[in-house]
Amino acid sequence: MSFDLFMQYLTNGISLGSLYALIAIGYTMVYGILRLINFAHGEIFMMSLYFAFYGIAIFSLPWYMTFLVAVLVTAALGMLVERAAYKPLRHSPRITIMVSAIGASFFLQNLAVVIFGGRPKAFPTVPMFTKVIRIGNISLQALTLYIPVATIILLIGLHFLIQKTKTGLGMRAVSKDHDTARLMGVNVNKTITVTFAIGSILAAFGGIMWGMKFPQIVPTMGLIPGLKCFIAAVVGGIGNISGAVLGGFILGVGEIMLIAFLPGLTGYRDAFAFVLLIVILLVKPTGLLGEKTAEKV
Amino acid sequence: MNGSYRPTWGWTKMLEINNLVVAYGGIQALKGINLTVEPGKIVALIGANGAGKSTTLKSIVGLVKPVSGSISYEGKDLLKVPTKDMVRTGITLVPEGRKIFPDLTVLENLKIGAYCRNDTKEIEKDRDWVYELFPILKERNWQLAGTLSGGEQQMLAVGRSLMSRPKLLMMDEPSLGLAPLIVKNIFSIIKEIHSQGVTILLIEQNANVSLKIADKGYVIETGMIKLEGSGQELLVNEEVKKAYLGEAH
Ligand SMILES: Nc1ncnc2c1ncn2[C@@H]1O[C@H](COP(=O)(O)OP(=O)(O)OP(=O)(O)O)[C@@H](O)[C@H]1O
Ligand SMILES: [Mg+2]
Repeated sequence: MSFDLFMQYLTNGISLGSLYALIAIGYTMVYGILRLINFAHGEIFMMSLYFAFYGIAIFSLPWYMTFLVAVLVTAALGMLVERAAYKPLRHSPRITIMVSAIGASFFLQNLAVVIFGGRPKAFPTVPMFTKVIRIGNISLQALTLYIPVATIILLIGLHFLIQKTKTGLGMRAVSKDHDTARLMGVNVNKTITVTFAIGSILAAFGGIMWGMKFPQIVPTMGLIPGLKCFIAAVVGGIGNISGAVLGGFILGVGEIMLIAFLPGLTGYRDAFAFVLLIVILLVKPTGLLGEKTAEKV
Repeated sequence: MNGSYRPTWGWTKMLEINNLVVAYGGIQALKGINLTVEPGKIVALIGANGAGKSTTLKSIVGLVKPVSGSISYEGKDLLKVPTKDMVRTGITLVPEGRKIFPDLTVLENLKIGAYCRNDTKEIEKDRDWVYELFPILKERNWQLAGTLSGGEQQMLAVGRSLMSRPKLLMMDEPSLGLAPLIVKNIFSIIKEIHSQGVTILLIEQNANVSLKIADKGYVIETGMIKLEGSGQELLVNEEVKKAYLGEAH
């Protein structure tokens, strides 16, 4: 394999990994704060694509407005899911909440079939992002470069929010101990709502960029990326944000490299995540950055 | 010995508990207790393991819901106030077992103690006061709280509670597991805090020292108030001597 080709694959891998990372953060943050796997997160990701689709296709808003609105509506959806499916069960056994999470996931998926229809739709592309650019001998969609850049900006924002703001301090306290956080005057319910909003916002950014990279949307499309990003979060050490980012990149780059070096296994690209999960669970059950975590939200 | 009486709140009783009954899954941990705390005083609550001391403090801050009875604070019905609003009413609890946030730094733990406040300048003043009381915390400013020694964590728990500028400070066994010298230090700091006008409700295994600094004491036994009296009275009470102070006293 030539160096140029390798670079092309690597860029693609990093780009895909960025999307995985953005979605994985939502799983890990919710887990950190509620010890709950939000199975509906993949569907929230899927919904963000439909919101963006309708913004452009029906209301013909300019792309940046559409994306902004789609992100906000997705955030509202995330908060609504928490409110409807998890909050009433705050003091229930964990298995009950898990069943509710699976129910929320199925509900959203079927709701999308009913409202949006089950047939695939073509996600509208924005020429500015989909145009092909050449760097030396490598040719890439502009998007492939923009995605990691946008991801890094979002991650810096998230880091600032969690480490430097009062809301972030509250989130870190709640992730450790709800009762003691309450004693300090932290509004635990509000903090949980904010956590779902942030996770959904990142998933929406990931979703919209995903739509431009793979411009076809169906109501079931949240399943596999959702599962993979959950795996990314577990591989990195669930509850740990840096871990989710690391897991996302490992998964994205690993998947693309598998195709690059072993083209015969292309059909197994989705299996890569599961193999990685099994290996990590055997070698380091707490995940790569699990255990001692300074940033366990 | 008595703390200066500061009737700034106009209530002769700051905290008043009446016939409080608390049950955990059908088993009564508190069987109808009455307790009052007057503003500006130090009140000690002593009793054996499992007597219901922590349960009493937890019901005051709303962490456990009583079966019956009432708790009022400055004339307000405290049972209607959710836990998250307790610090805003002026009540702070240093919980049993410290419960500091191990993944936050010492400074962040102090900051979260002042979570309900927005007066940045005054918060900084209080932080400096906490640093004066516990110089070690200033040195360990940037250390993760989970890596502090047990005694340092206890100091942090007390320091954190002061950051909300409480009117009523409740402490659940602040000296638990500390070396005798540090226990002495903690008690002198409790007196120092009290001299700043903070009312104190204190749970202690260390009955001897706590009754010595207390204006009033309660002895709680299997969910009931067994004895009540001034610190001095309880210190010389035969029953108390036998049960809580050891033969040596
Ligand atoms: N969450 C709980 N569930 C069931 N029982 C509880 C719970 N918390 C306390 N109890 C019981 O209530 C009783 C009083 O407990 P509490 O913690 O108030 O005692 P305490 O006086 O603080 O004791 P210690 O000095 O050991 O801290 C005990 O019998 C205890 O077992
Ligand atoms: Mg106790």
